[in-house]
Amino acid sequence: MELLAPEPVSAGHIYAVTGAILTALGFYAFIVRRHALRQLLAVNVVGAGVFLILGGLGRGPDAIDPMPQALVITGIVVAVALTAFGAAMIVRLAEAPRSPDQGKAGKPDA
Amino acid sequence: MSGAFDLILCLMILGTAGIALFVRDALAAIAFFIAFGNLMGLAWLSLGAVNVALAEIAIGAGVTGILLILARARLLALGDPVHSGDTPTWLWLGAFAACTSFAVLLAATVLSITPESGLDRVVAPLMPGLGIENRVTGVLLAFRAYDTLLESFVLLGALVAVWSLAPARAWPGRPAEPRMADGQMHQVAGASGRVLLPVALVMAAYLVWAGSDLPGGAFQAGTVLAGGLMLAAMGGAIGLPRSDRPLLRAALVLGPLVFLAIGLGGIAAGGFLIYPKGLAKALIVTIEYTLFLSIGVTLALLVAGPPVADSPVPDAGGNG
Repeated sequence: MELLAPEPVSAGHIYAVTGAILTALGFYAFIVRRHALRQLLAVNVVGAGVFLILGGLGRGPDAIDPMPQALVITGIVVAVALTAFGAAMIVRLAEAPRSPDQGKAGKPDA
Repeated sequence: MSGAFDLILCLMILGTAGIALFVRDALAAIAFFIAFGNLMGLAWLSLGAVNVALAEIAIGAGVTGILLILARARLLALGDPVHSGDTPTWLWLGAFAACTSFAVLLAATVLSITPESGLDRVVAPLMPGLGIENRVTGVLLAFRAYDTLLESFVLLGALVAVWSLAPARAWPGRPAEPRMADGQMHQVAGASGRVLLPVALVMAAYLVWAGSDLPGGAFQAGTVLAGGLMLAAMGGAIGLPRSDRPLLRAALVLGPLVFLAIGLGGIAAGGFLIYPKGLAKALIVTIEYTLFLSIGVTLALLVAGPPVADSPVPDAGGNG
């Protein structure tokens, strides 16, 4: 293990490191995946990773900081708003070529 | 014991996330994403953040999952097979190298910070002045009320953005009916929707009330309401409203406007978003109840998507 911390690893650190790995995993999938819906899912995983870092680092020995908790709740709601808009946009892109009031749009893959 | 639980939970989180991201079939990916969201909820519970666990499971796993499933179904209906194309080798090799180093850097940075709950000690003595006990609600609606006010407008803005994607001839129509195609399942969803909608309403009202002192709050409750509305709509128990209905518009802007009005009223008490002494709890509960209603309706409509042309089903009279 690369952990050289003198005290045993705290629960906060376990979750924060998990969050860090999740963030990187999500970024990787976002680059490698070639369908917009899967990329939207990857963005959500990145978000979850960031939230976990925030929450894990706010976890003290006796209590969890209310400030990151409030931030994360705000973040979760903003993430769902983003997902809703993204999903609506992806569906709209797919139907764009056949819609009569639109010009010819490019193929919506990638 | 607790350490082993945390470790196993984290491995399961990473495993489900990996499958959700890299499995071939899109539906399987979404199913694993929902499992991932629920495990994340468990992680928040284990961290002691029950408020976040509620929000994560309800919004992060539930609403996001439904959104992705609906989007996939609509893409399939449009002839998009939702297959991920092949990635050139150099791209995934490069991405792998970049993301691995990113993970190592980020993990090292995270490990160099000692987890601590310093602001908990700052917030705790301030709570009696508000008359409520849930510190997260205190942060959301008093100490950092500005964030929450803007967030409620972000949600409203997202709905406006989604609606703006409607084709010109569809405006101002109804969203596509999220009906079950299978007749029997449609009946089941309808029957349970009729029973669950009132239950969801009561439960949501309780969650808001409890949110003052116990875990809960407007966002969690709004999601419960949205869930009840969506299930009822899937079973045909209620119809989705036209987007230009005045009552619907009023329900959407009520929460943010009441919040803004009370915030502006605070200028008389000393500044924007400052609550007068003794009135803090009453004002916070007022904001939370109106906000919950608006959040519930907004989330349900965000899931339903933009209005579509010629939806043949007549309105059954419900608008939330």
